[in-house]
Amino acid sequence: MDTNIKFNTKNLDLFYGDFQALKSINMEIREKEVTAFIGPSGCGKSTFLRCLNRMNDLIDSVKINGEIIFDGQDINGTIDVINLRTRVGMVFQKPNPFPMSIYENIAYGPKCQGVKDKNQLDTLVKESLVKAALWDEVKDRLNKSALGLSGGQQQRLCIARTIAMNPEVILMDEPTSALDPIATAKIEDLMSSLKKDYTIIIVTHSMQQAGRISDKTAFFLMGEVIEFNETPIIFTNPHDKRTEDYITGRFG
Amino acid sequence: MQAIKRKKQKETIIESFFLICAFVAVISVLAITVFVFYNGLKPFVSNSYPLWDFLTGVEWRPGSNMYGIFYMIVGSIFATLGAILIGVPVAIFTAVYISEMAGSRIGKVIRFAVELLAGIPSVLYGVFGLGIIVPYVLKISPMAQGESLLATILVLAIMILPTVVSISETSISAVPREYREGSYALGASKIQTIFKVVLPAARSGIMTGVILGIGRAIGETMAVMLVCGNPIAGIPTSLFDQIRPLTTNIALEMGYASGVHQELLYSTGVVLFIFIMIINLAVNKLVKTKVGS
Repeated sequence: MDTNIKFNTKNLDLFYGDFQALKSINMEIREKEVTAFIGPSGCGKSTFLRCLNRMNDLIDSVKINGEIIFDGQDINGTIDVINLRTRVGMVFQKPNPFPMSIYENIAYGPKCQGVKDKNQLDTLVKESLVKAALWDEVKDRLNKSALGLSGGQQQRLCIARTIAMNPEVILMDEPTSALDPIATAKIEDLMSSLKKDYTIIIVTHSMQQAGRISDKTAFFLMGEVIEFNETPIIFTNPHDKRTEDYITGRFG
Repeated sequence: MQAIKRKKQKETIIESFFLICAFVAVISVLAITVFVFYNGLKPFVSNSYPLWDFLTGVEWRPGSNMYGIFYMIVGSIFATLGAILIGVPVAIFTAVYISEMAGSRIGKVIRFAVELLAGIPSVLYGVFGLGIIVPYVLKISPMAQGESLLATILVLAIMILPTVVSISETSISAVPREYREGSYALGASKIQTIFKVVLPAARSGIMTGVILGIGRAIGETMAVMLVCGNPIAGIPTSLFDQIRPLTTNIALEMGYASGVHQELLYSTGVVLFIFIMIINLAVNKLVKTKVGS
C-alpha cells in the first residue's frame, strides 16, 4: 500500500432515504496535497466531503455502502468517531464561530480533549491564530466575542480553531462562498501556506479557485466522479467530454 | 370618488374595531391594578392598620386584629425557590432530551405528555398532591401532618415543568445547526456539545422559561392551598413546616372577610402583584438583551 495515500474510497454509495446521492465513488487522496471537488449544485461533492469525517452521521436517513479507508482503517467500521474528527478537521461554508470569545473558540477543541493547562492553551491559541494569519488582527481582543469579527475573519478563526486540533486533514466545504474577493484571497493564501503541513480537501463552486489552489481536481456530476486528475490536466486537457463542457461553461 | 371615500371609511371603522379589541387587555390590566392597589393601600392611608406591622408581622389572626404577612412572604419565596431548584434542572434535561437525543417518536410522546401536563387544571394537581405526595411526606416527616413546605415544593416543581420545558425546548431547537456541526467537527462528544455550546447559546431563552416558571410558582393558588397547610402563624424553618403562601391567604378568606380584614387581603394582593411585576420586568429585560448576547 502506498503510504502517501491518506484517503482511499472503494465503491462508496450513499443514500438519503431512497435517493442515491453518491454512486460508487473510488478515489485516492494523497497526503499534503490540495484536492478540489468541483461540479454543479447537488452533484454530491459536499456529501462526499462530509463522509470523510462522518458528519453525515448527524442525518438520520443516510445509509452508506462501500469503504472509506483512512490511513489503512475503514472509518465506517467500529472506529472512534471522535478520534477521527480530531484527525480530520472541517471548515464549513458559512463561518460558524461559537458565540463565545475568540480565545474560547480556539481553546474549545483542545479543552474537549481534556487539555486544561492554561499555558498550554495560551500557546495553542496563539500558534493557531498565527498559522491562520489572524493573530495580528485579534491579539488585542482575544476575550471579545468572536461574533464581532468580519465574515472573513470569522472564517479564518474557524480555520484556526481547526488547526488547534493539529489535524492531519482539513476538509473545507466551500469556505469562501460567503466571503468577498479580498477575504477570499486571504483564505486562498492561507490554504497554500497550510498545504505543507496538512492534507487539504476543498469543495468549491469556483473553478478559478480550484485552478489556483489545488494539485488534484475531481469533477462530480450527479453523484458520480466523472474525472479525477492533476488540476492542470482537468483544466487544459480533460479526458471526458462532460468535464470539458462543465469547465468551459457549457452547463452547470 | 364616492366609492373610494366609502372604502376608506370602511377601513377606518374596521381599524377602530381592532383597536378597541386590543384595548380590552390594556384596560383590564389597568382596572385590576387600580382596583387592587386602591383597596389594598386604603388601610395604610387611612391608618386603620400600620404598614410596618402588616409587612413584618408573623401572625395572621383576624379575630384578634393581627394581620402580619411576613411569614407568608417567606413561605411564598421558599416554596418558589424550592420548586425552581428541583423543577428547572428536570425541565432543562427534559428539553435537552426531547430536542437533542430522543428519536422523533419518543420525542413526540414526551412532548405530548408535557403539553398535557400544561392543560391539567391546577385543582387536580392539588388533589394529586393531597392524595399522593402529602401521605408520602407524612411518612418521613417528624410532624403530625404531611401538608408542608416540602409537599408544596414538589407539587409546584411538577407544575412549572410544562412552561420551562416548552420554552427551553424552543430555544434549544433554535440554536443554529452550524454550532452543533462546528462542535462535532472539532471532535466534541454529544454531551460536550450540549453543555458547552448548545445550552450556553440557548441561555437567554432558558432563563426566560425559568422566570416564567417562577411567576407560575409564586402565583399558583388552588393546588398549593390543598398541600401547604395554611397555618395562622410561624416562619417556616424546616421543609416539614406548614406554610401559608400569599395567594392562598387571599383565596381562603376573601369570600367572607369584611372591613379592614378584607382590605388587608387586598394588600396581600398588592404584595403579590409587586412580586409578579418584578418578574415580568425581568423577562422583558431578558428578551430585549437576547439579540447579540
